[in-house]
Parts: sequence; C-alpha cells; structure tokens
Amino acid sequence: MIPAAFDYTRATSVEEALGILASDEGAKLIAGGQSLLPLMKLRLAQPARLVDIGRLPELRGVSKLDDGRLSVGALTTYAELMDSPAVHLAVIRDVVPAIADVQVRNRGTIGGAVAHADPAADLPAALLALDAELVIQSSSGTRSVKADGFFQGPFATGLAHDEILAAVILPAPRGDAGSAYASIQQRASGYPIAGVAAVVFVGAGGLVEGAGIGVTGVSDHPYRAHEVEDALVGTTGTADAVAAAAALVVGDREVSADIHAGREYRAAMAVVHARRAIEAALARAR
Amino acid sequence: MTTMTTDVLGAPVRRVEDPRFITGHGRYLDDIKLPAMTHMAILRSPYAHAKIRSIDTSAAKAAPGVVAVFTGADIAYNPLPMAWPAGGASGIQNNVNTPRALATDDVKWTGEGVAAVVAETAAQAQDALELIDVDWEPLPAVTDAEKAIADGAPQLHENAPNNRVFDWQVGDKEATDAAFANAAVTVHQRLVNHRLIPNPMEVRGDIGWYNPGTDEYTIWMSSQTPHIQRLLLAAFVMGVPEQKIRCISPDVGGAFGSKIFCYADMALVLHASKAIGGRPVKWVEERRESYGSTIHGRDHITYVDVAATKDGMVKGLRVKTLANLGGRLSTIGPGIPTTLYGRILSGPYKIPAVHCEVTGVYTNTTFVDAYRGAGRPEATYVVERAMDLVADELGIDPAEVRRRNFLPPDSFPYDNPSGLLTAVNGSKLYIDSGNYEPAMDKALAMAGYADIAAKKAEAKSRGKLLGVGLSTYIEVCGVAPSKWIGAVGEGWGAAMWESSNIKVHLTGKVVVTMGTQPQGQGHETTYAQIISHELGIPMEDIVVQHSDTQGTPFGYGSYGSRTSNVGTGAALKAAAKIREKARRYAAHMLEANVEDIEVEGAEYRVKGSPDKKKTIQEIAFALDLAFDTPEGMEPYLDETAYHDTPNCTFPFGTHVAFVEIDQETGNVELVRYVAVDDVGKKINPMIVDGQLHGGIAQGIGQALWEEAVYGDDGQLLSGSLLDYALPRAEWLPSFELDETVTPSPVNPLGVKGVGEAGCIASTAAVANAVIDALSPLGIRHLDMPFTAQKVWGAIQAASGGSGSAKGGEA
Repeated sequence: MIPAAFDYTRATSVEEALGILASDEGAKLIAGGQSLLPLMKLRLAQPARLVDIGRLPELRGVSKLDDGRLSVGALTTYAELMDSPAVHLAVIRDVVPAIADVQVRNRGTIGGAVAHADPAADLPAALLALDAELVIQSSSGTRSVKADGFFQGPFATGLAHDEILAAVILPAPRGDAGSAYASIQQRASGYPIAGVAAVVFVGAGGLVEGAGIGVTGVSDHPYRAHEVEDALVGTTGTADAVAAAAALVVGDREVSADIHAGREYRAAMAVVHARRAIEAALARAR
Repeated sequence: MTTMTTDVLGAPVRRVEDPRFITGHGRYLDDIKLPAMTHMAILRSPYAHAKIRSIDTSAAKAAPGVVAVFTGADIAYNPLPMAWPAGGASGIQNNVNTPRALATDDVKWTGEGVAAVVAETAAQAQDALELIDVDWEPLPAVTDAEKAIADGAPQLHENAPNNRVFDWQVGDKEATDAAFANAAVTVHQRLVNHRLIPNPMEVRGDIGWYNPGTDEYTIWMSSQTPHIQRLLLAAFVMGVPEQKIRCISPDVGGAFGSKIFCYADMALVLHASKAIGGRPVKWVEERRESYGSTIHGRDHITYVDVAATKDGMVKGLRVKTLANLGGRLSTIGPGIPTTLYGRILSGPYKIPAVHCEVTGVYTNTTFVDAYRGAGRPEATYVVERAMDLVADELGIDPAEVRRRNFLPPDSFPYDNPSGLLTAVNGSKLYIDSGNYEPAMDKALAMAGYADIAAKKAEAKSRGKLLGVGLSTYIEVCGVAPSKWIGAVGEGWGAAMWESSNIKVHLTGKVVVTMGTQPQGQGHETTYAQIISHELGIPMEDIVVQHSDTQGTPFGYGSYGSRTSNVGTGAALKAAAKIREKARRYAAHMLEANVEDIEVEGAEYRVKGSPDKKKTIQEIAFALDLAFDTPEGMEPYLDETAYHDTPNCTFPFGTHVAFVEIDQETGNVELVRYVAVDDVGKKINPMIVDGQLHGGIAQGIGQALWEEAVYGDDGQLLSGSLLDYALPRAEWLPSFELDETVTPSPVNPLGVKGVGEAGCIASTAAVANAVIDALSPLGIRHLDMPFTAQKVWGAIQAASGGSGSAKGGEA
C-alpha cells in the first residue's frame, strides 16, 4: 500500500492548477483523494504529478443561483451536500447515505466523484436523473454541459486533460416533483450492483408529465435511460405502467459481470430497482 | 494491616487492557521501531502454478536504498515443519510438502513468496520489488479439491499422486454400513463448506534481529504462539540451538487462528538480519498480500448420508469429506479436518454408528489451517444440516428431531460408542458434561418458536419469505490432554500443557506470567480476577505478563479456548503453591502449627485466636527480606506450576436465527438472533458476551457474505476487501443472549471456554434459516454463502424462471 513516487503541487488558485494541467501531461488533479489514493496505493494509478486543488475556497460550497438552481462547488463533500439546501431534492437524501461510509463521505467530493467516473458510483445516477449541469473551466474559459452524455466509459468522461470540473448545477426543487434512488449493494465494496435514480413530475390527474432516470453499476458507465422516461411520460404511473417502463431500463446495453453479479442477475436487478425508484418517486410526488 | 478486597471472580470487570487499546496506546508489531531498522518487501507469485526458470535481481540490488535482495537459493534453511500429520490408525501416509522461506524451484499458489528486498525504507523496498525479473514457466492450475483428485488433473507434488495429502478415517465402518442396511429412512446431501479468509484488524508481521555479538536471534512477531515458534524455528527450520532465539509477541490485534503458525516470513527476517550484519529487518504484510501469505480456513466438500428411523432417531452417520489444504501444508493443516473435525461429528446427539473418511488435497490455492473453531464449525455444519434434512424428509419439526436425538443428561461422561474420541492405544476423551434440552427449550421460548407459522404468514403478507433455523451445537475447548494428543497418533509430537508463574514482591504487588498468549481476549483482566480471588490481593495490585520467551514460562499459546481450560488450571495451581508457602511462613511468624493456620482471602489466622494473623502482604515482605527464615524454607514468594487438563471441555447451546428473503432480489436479511449458551462458570461475563457477539457475527459472515473465490486459473478473485465481504455491524440485529450453567467437572473453576462457540453455532443456524425460508419453493438445500445473486437464482430456478444460481454468465 505504498504508492509509486510522484511530484506534488498544492495549487493556490484554479488558474495555477489549470496552468499546470496545460503544461504537464502527467499531472492529475486530486481533491478528496477517496478514489485516487487507493488506486495509487495499489499502484494501479501512477500519476507523475498530483495537483492538489483540495484547498481552493472558490470551488467549495453550495449556493443558490438567481433562477433558484443550486450551484454545488466541486470540492463540496458528500457530508456538506447533506448539510445544504440540496437535501430538498429527495433523491440526494437517498443517494448520499448509500455512498461508501461516513469517513469517505466526510472527505470525498462531489466533483471528484463526477470526474473520476467510476462505472458504479452512486452519485452520477442522481445527477443524470436530475438533469444536472456540469460547469467546466479551462484556461480558455468556462463551459457548461449536461450530465447526460458526460459519462462515456469506465473512468472516462467528456472532461479534457486541461479542464477542471468547477461546479455541479442542480435544479430547483419543484412542488410537482418526486424523486428517489434505489439500489442493491455489492456487500464487500458497497458499490451498487445496480442503482437507479428516478425523478418524476406529476401533473393534474396524476399524469406523469416528465421523468428523469439515471442508472449506475449496470454497464461500463452511468447512463440516462431515456427509453424508460419516454414510456413513463403520459401515463398515470399505474403499477403496470411503471413495470412496463422499468423493464426497458437495460435495453440493448452491454451489462457488466463480475463474481458478485452475472449479466442476467445484474440486468434483473436494474429492472427491479428501476421500478422501486420510480414507485418511490411517484409516491413522493403525489 | 488488613487488605480487604471484593471478590472479582465472576464479575463483569472492565478490561484492564482496554484503555490502552482504545486510546491508541497499544503496542502492535508495526508500532515497534528499532535503531538502524531496515524494511523488507516480498515479491509474490502472480501465477497459481509455475516453475521459476531464473530470477534476475541485479536491477533491484542497484536501486536506491536497497540493502540486500534474497531469493530462495540464498537461504539454507529447511522447509517449514508440519507438526500435525493425519494419524489415528496405523499406516496413514501423509505426503508432506511445506513452504520454504522463499520458493526455490516452483510456486504453488498466487502469493507464494519468491524474492525479498531489504531496504532503508518500506517505500524503497516496494519500489525495488518492481525491478526484479522472474522468468516464469506457467503450469496448469487446479483450485477445487474434487477436480484436483480427478484423473488428468494438474499434479502439484511428485510425492503426492493425484494431489492426495492423506486418506484418513475414523469411526466404525461396519456398524455404520449395518445401520444403513437396516434403515427405514436415509437422506443424502452434498455440502460445501466454502473457503474463508481470516481478517484480524492487525495483519501479520515480524521484526528479525540477529545480534552478532552474542550470536543470538530475537524476533518480534504478531503471533498466538511465541514459545512454539521458537521451538519450530530453532529445531526444525534454522538449525540453531533453541536458547539462541527469543520470540516476543507484542500486543496482537486479533488472530482467529491465523497467527498460530510458523510462517516463511519469520525465517526470512531472521536470515536477512544476519545476512546484512545484524540490522533489524521489519516486514508487515499488506491486507491484500495477507490473502496469499497467511492461511485460509474451511474449504470442505462433504457427502453426508444419514440413516434414521421413521421417528427421526438417527442411527447412522456416514461422512466423506475432501479437505482442500492448499498448495503446500501449513503447520497443522492436516490436523484440522481430521482430529478436530471427524472426531466430533456426532455433536450433542446419541448416534450409535458414525464413520468418517477425509481426504486431504493439494490445490493451487493459499494454504489452509485453523480458522476460528477449526474443524468444529465444519463438523457442526454437517450434523446440523443433517438434522434438518432428516426433519424435512420425515415432516417432523427440526427442534423435535434434535430433542429425540440429544444425549440425555445422565450420559456424562460420555464415551462415543463409535470410538470417535478413542486414540489408537485406547486412550479416550469423554464429553465431560452436558444438558442440552433445557438450553434448547430456553432458546425456543425466547424465540417464540411456537408461533413460527404466524410469523411466516405475517412476513408473507409483506412479500417476504421468513425462515427460522436452529443450531444445537457442542464445542470442544482446550485441546488436550497431552497423553491423548500423543496417543491419538495425531499429535504435534509435543505436549499441550500450560504454565504459570506467580511472584508476590516485597511491596505486596504481584506479577503473574503466563505461557498463554492473548490476541485481544482480555487475559490481563481474567487471570488477574482469578489470582485476586485466590490470594485475596486487589486486582489493581496484580499485573499479568506474557508473550516473551525470555521471562515467561513455556506455554503452547492461545487457540481453541485453551486459556480458559488449561491456562486457568496452571494459574490456580501456582496460586495454591503461593498460598501453601505463605501458610507455612505464617505459621513460623505466628509461632503456630501449619495445620492451625486458616486462610481467608489475604489473611492467614491461627485457629481459635482470630487476633493472631498476618496478611499475605506482610508474609511476602518478610519472606522477601528473609531476615528470619526457618530451616529448609527458601526466601521469596515465587512459584511456578504446570497444568495438563485431564480432558477437554464441551460447551453447548442452542442458537436460533430468523431471516427474511426479498424474493425479487434474493437479498437475505438477518432479522433476529437468539442464543442460549452454556459455557459453564464464567470468569468475566462481559468478556464472555463479547466473545459470543464476535463469534456469532463471524459465523453469520460465513453463512451470508464471506467467500474466497478463485478463478479457474488460480487467481484469487476475492483478492481484497473490495470483493471479500466481512460482516458489518449495521447488517446485524442486536443479539438476544441468555445462558444455562452446567459447570465443567474438568476445570477446577467449572469454566469451559467460549472463544469459538459463537461462530461454531451461528453458521449452521443461519444456513438452516435460509433453507427453511426457501423450503416452500421446494428447495431442500443450497450451499453457502447465501448471496443475493445465489438466492435469487435458486428462487428463479425453483419457480420456473430463467435465472441460474450463478446469475448468468460472469
């Protein structure tokens, strides 16, 4: 559990960190270190340089934007997120306690989880379902992208080497919304075998007017299940409608397999937990 | 001066060790930093089976900070000893192959050590490991015992055809065959008791130091058995005189059996320290590394047949077990699935005919040895599943089947008629005591067993399958006596007694030194409670020392609850010797006859003259100064005693587990756990409860979550705590514990031992509960661990779904 040798720079500003990233191909950002450090200790990751952005105040904290949305700084820890207005989003209340343990939640950061992009991380499912936006900075400016499409493969994202994920924008809570996260955990690691986050908007007469479904653990990256959303919208969320929509959660995606869950079981668990998440979200919206 | 003390024996005294442990002041192996100390890292085989063509260490030797690099060819030591061959009947061949300090020609499992780097820092040692170039010739591997003995399997050792270590048997084959020939009912089942990986909080490690000035070796080791390791290292591995080695176990952070044994790294650090001129060499295993450098446990494939009457009376038990012992043999590997398993298969039941055959098997896996319970959890699992299978076959309640088969309370001492406990020369062990039915009745009442049908219906209304499972276990504590261990033909070739020395100093303070070796059990508290009770001296005036071959009397260490049965016997005898000498000296001081001196607590009084008295502190003071010592009496209150128990002790009890299964996911939740244990008298009931809680959790872990999984190529797929699931407190209900008390006639205090009882009982209770929950679907048996995927697959298969128990292609 001793990492290979590396250089270390503590950045004093985002600009400094961006400058190092732009000039050093071997540099890697570290924030809470809860994912990167274990990989380094196992020598599965051997970055030549760590750029520590963990103490940059401009990347920390949750603030309300003028339009009511929440800007969650990338360095906000899971524990801080649970102590912020983000808990008005029920799916956040569900998902954060499902992540690792108290110690990790005290150190691990929201931005780190998103940028690291573990294919079975819990949080991305919630961000996909919430249709969150990601604010990305580089020396040439700031851009925003949707969470949908950001996760591209195992530990692979739309983030370029010279970019920093600065913030995650969460939607404003809505009176007609309900949301939930349901998962079954692999007992050793605590990562989900399948985890599904659901956000629904229910209008007059119980009509489902909108939905967001985020899925993690099932394939090689977290994804948004538009097929499920489309099947759900326009129904009144009956048990049959929910079951029929949930059955579409895997589609023709390649399902992951390991010693804890083969393809068949993992796919079945994705369907079960999609249904459970949608039902819980509907119950909260009604 | 009168020193009054309250009697602490049997009281829930807080552990004297705990303040240092919970405030971070424990001194574990890795806390020790010696002057000029170097650090060692070990290169381990990435292959399960391979020849070593050559090893190039030149780049590593030139790396920064590297002091030395070793390969197997550099080390002249013997292979490690194997001290407990399977025996019991004449002519049983043990095909012995044990590890060397470093592998020389070939490796037999992923993780076997092949080269070692000693460097100035641990990081430099680790960096240099990556520069060692081994030219491997990979060979086909086999990890499953049943496949390993099949024709055409990869062969591990030339002296072990078909990978067989031994073929052992015990019991009465003819009588057992006859019982089956005449049986009204028979049941048959294949049972897998899967492989587990011990995970004490503190991993293993050693510091070796060779003193060139005295030509002596000192080794600090995280070990349960420092005295045995001195013997084994000196006489068997290194070929140096025993008095030239000193073994010290500092605070040991858990072991569960895995630290009983003689390991390659022990020899390696001593060799390395001498080779580099006497600088100390520290090695501490990493968690992942420990999965290949420290033993695993269990790993049996068993075929059990039961013959019974229509009333559920079991008349015959036939057991055939394949015991996977790994790629080479650990110190007592063959003893676990033979003596400690086959000989107690009948449990608390009156089974007239039992026969057991065990084949030890080499496979390309980490070596297997004693893990908490060591053989007895495996035996309990077989007989407790067997009882449920009989109950299921006959439609009789499982509790009732057990009740009908229990040994009645007037059976003891019980000599098993099938000769399970009889050694080759007729030397016997007896089940010393028992009273099984009251413990079961109490547990059933606590559990509300009579209302189980209503409970199942209520769970069903919530969409859950509720199951209840029983385990009416017995345990064997304090493996001994020496004469049986020797006569049974399966012994260490060594004894199994214990030792104790007590010194009462001039100031009245007491130092007790023991040959036993705690790993967190609280010996410093429990021995002090006993000595305080025996000598009337306050606990705070007593210190208990252990763990250093220089300064403590020889002892065989702590495992199998030896401390409770054997260690306490030695302490009591030493205290009695102290009391007797104090009494003789009191007679001298008080000018009375020895026969007239009465002892009560700390006071030694002349009969009929209560004012004429001396305290043990006054006696110790005078005896230490020795200004006035009668002819023939030696100064100083200092006595040593040795104790060899006449028999093992046999705790027992009934555990009841309740599980609920989510049919959609297969997830098993343990919702309630009731246990009534009879461990005899208790020295400290709080410590007993702690042992039970931990043991129960550990056994539940095996039933539900823990499993060492190898790929067909011999890679350990559950190779870290990311894939090997230990039980967590939040997954467990609050255990409901109670007791019956049947004092052991074997131990002078009536205590039996409790280190393993929890995990011996709980695995079978949970397994029976899960299978009970699944039984409405027609499921009669399922192998552990009951992971969500496996249970889901079984439910799918039983209800005609497409799922397989493996959950599809992995």
